[in-house]
Amino acid sequence: MKETLAMTDQTTTTVGSRGGTTGPPRQGQAPSPRDLAARAPANQAAPSPGPRRPGDESGGAAPVTMTGAQALVAALEQLGVDVVFGIPGGAILPAYDPLFDSRKVRHILVRHEQGAGHAAAGYAQVSGRPGVCIATSGPGATNLVTPLADAYMDSVPVVAITGQVASTLIGTDGFQEADIAGITLPVTKHNFLVTEAGDIARTVAEAFHVAATGRPGPVLVDIAKDALQARTQFRWPVPFELPGYRPVIRPHSRQVREAAKMMMAARRPVLYVGGGVIKAGASKELLTLAELTGMPVVTTLMARGAFPSSHKQNLGMPGMHGKVAAVGALQKADLLVALGARFDDRVTGRLDTFAPGAAVVHADIDPAEISKNRHAEVPIVGDCREVIIELITAIRGEQEAGEQGDLSAWWSQLDALRATYPLGYDQPDDGSLAPQYVIERIGKLAGPDAVYVAGVGQHQMWAAQFIEHEHPRHWLNSGGLGTMGYAVPAAMGAKVGAPESAVWAIDGDGCFQMTNQELATCTVEGIPVKVAIINNGNLGMVRQWQTLFYAERYSHTDLDRMEQGTSTGTRIPDFVKLAEAYGCAGLRCETAADVDKIIQQAMEINDRPVVIDFIVHRDAMVWPMVAAGTSNDDIKVARDMAPDWDVTE
Amino acid sequence: MSQPLVRLREQEPSASRHTLSVLVENKPGVLVRIAGLFSRRGFNIDSLAVGPTEHHEYSRMTIVVNCAEHPLEQVTKQLNKLINVLKIVELETSVSVQRELLLVKVRADAETRSRVLETVALFRAKVVDVAQDAVTVEATGNRDKLDALIRVLEPFGIKELVQSGMVALGRGSKSITDRALRPIERTAGGSAQ
Repeated sequence: MKETLAMTDQTTTTVGSRGGTTGPPRQGQAPSPRDLAARAPANQAAPSPGPRRPGDESGGAAPVTMTGAQALVAALEQLGVDVVFGIPGGAILPAYDPLFDSRKVRHILVRHEQGAGHAAAGYAQVSGRPGVCIATSGPGATNLVTPLADAYMDSVPVVAITGQVASTLIGTDGFQEADIAGITLPVTKHNFLVTEAGDIARTVAEAFHVAATGRPGPVLVDIAKDALQARTQFRWPVPFELPGYRPVIRPHSRQVREAAKMMMAARRPVLYVGGGVIKAGASKELLTLAELTGMPVVTTLMARGAFPSSHKQNLGMPGMHGKVAAVGALQKADLLVALGARFDDRVTGRLDTFAPGAAVVHADIDPAEISKNRHAEVPIVGDCREVIIELITAIRGEQEAGEQGDLSAWWSQLDALRATYPLGYDQPDDGSLAPQYVIERIGKLAGPDAVYVAGVGQHQMWAAQFIEHEHPRHWLNSGGLGTMGYAVPAAMGAKVGAPESAVWAIDGDGCFQMTNQELATCTVEGIPVKVAIINNGNLGMVRQWQTLFYAERYSHTDLDRMEQGTSTGTRIPDFVKLAEAYGCAGLRCETAADVDKIIQQAMEINDRPVVIDFIVHRDAMVWPMVAAGTSNDDIKVARDMAPDWDVTE
Repeated sequence: MSQPLVRLREQEPSASRHTLSVLVENKPGVLVRIAGLFSRRGFNIDSLAVGPTEHHEYSRMTIVVNCAEHPLEQVTKQLNKLINVLKIVELETSVSVQRELLLVKVRADAETRSRVLETVALFRAKVVDVAQDAVTVEATGNRDKLDALIRVLEPFGIKELVQSGMVALGRGSKSITDRALRPIERTAGGSAQ
């Protein structure tokens, strides 16, 4: 079925050995991909980051002969890739040889492929450019599955390049063979298996294009070892062969006009903002739209920072652990304008009771999201930035025609909710540290220009709630998949992508123990991240559910020896010693009085990573909460305490 | 008659059969992408037939799904997201020709053979293999006709049976590939900056 490809130069194909540990490395005489690439394309005037448009071939210079591996590295260079995270191994070894020579592509050797994947995602989320990770076949590739699934759920542009056993061995259960394209089919936007050297450059270019355009997502390119070793003609630019890929960017103007009319007519509208706004780079436009209409804004977990937390129209985060005012606004709204949001179950609660009185305008670049969970009266397919720009124009038109929505009654209702049910937390009775306080202080001291990267669990929710998120691409977390262990490697990638920013990982002691080995990478590679471990000695969010729904039967959520009776964080391992063992600065904080001082101390250390072990109370809970599977109307502001939606000031 | 390849959810009461014609790139792994999508999103496939088209670089799949309107919209949208899928059209029964192929081996000894052959002739089917005690019958037609044939042959004793799954073409002179294969305008930029 495979179409024949114009591959002329196959004469030097060598079949890789099992495991790839034999055979001399190709070294020496061959010019580096950098040199070759410099020679090859004549029309690369201003190499821009991100995938290049498919070029007209007319401008391309004469093709240059090189190995598939050199073509891979040359393509990465041409695509503007400045950093890749990876670990070599047998099948990918041919690619590592020319990578050794590249002066444009920095390779960061991680300690586990999962770290490479999350680092690539962290890099992509702060920079907006696709992150790249590299692994070998078999176990190297399967270790990428979790971060790929994570990037898929959160629509992060990641390109994974994996080595595969030689094409002649594929299907024979060869050493370190895994059908990674098959395995990652459900968790990638697309993937490719490349068995011909001549396809490598084009496929890599296509992978970047698919990853970064439309609804972004992870793309995997699996390359057989013999394709890396074979010689081929390298041409650049290279035209895409993606006849079925046509993301819709520009929205339909009739739909936009319809939406604008509904927005002007609504009495209780809400802008329900999702992560798509950040991916579209539409924060500035969103601010204009919000101020033009005076509409309240809620920003989902993935959209923290898309709209300033400090803005008076921002009601905060909706959802399972959302602010009462934000959840209440959705429930009482007569119009939801969903922008790059996907009506996730963590936002809607029980779907049939979600926003019962609201009509829905749903703008998303992915048509399949529209009316997937909630029917949209006005569907708008398009890039969020384009949609918002056109909405602004349409609404200005309506306003000039004399339409002016009056939201004063709506705002007084929402302001009452906001005033009555602010976010808050109790200080523990025993004088131990409140985790919320720690996170709040980090947010205050590190400020809105720092990048915050959370793991998954209670600390993630508190970081979403209590840090003032003012800028887009400054809040990273694993929203869709909920991947414990995301924070440390993602923070590492974020620091590489935004070296001028302070990067704080807010992690839990459970999460931290899943991926902390990347601190070794951070130390060795000079990536000075800061990691605040919110150490409560247990799997806090799970424990919270056990407290609330499993009669306080704490089945296997304790991370320390219970008989020692610690009421607070775990000492196993000793995170300070562990940090020091990794070459990081290790600090510990156990009292509220020390919090600011120790955060300051951490902020002054910039020559190596810093780990702070914040020993916090183990029974703190995340509030408000909408229990799983229940209605948003049953939100609790604290245990057994429901808010009154109709509160007045 | 046809067994669903995938059946994860109970069919909704409003479910009905829809025939989708899906133009895809003729590449390895495309079939598994489509089958995998159906299975993981919990959509039911009644039948799926695939083969090359008049353009060697494209294949065409005819997929019969049994679902209500809303899930059908999701099926179509999710299929459209697959990079290898070029075009999807729903072929309504009234404006398309829909055919399946049936091969069935029926018990037919000296005593019953003439009656079996008579039945076969009535259905404009044909016998493609004859053995001592059985004949193999080939029939094409729509679902109803083949079901009827099977019902009538059943009393003789069906030894084995295989079916192709439905293939379908829209009536009239237009082709599904007309628009899909025009040179595609590339999209600039996208949402990620």
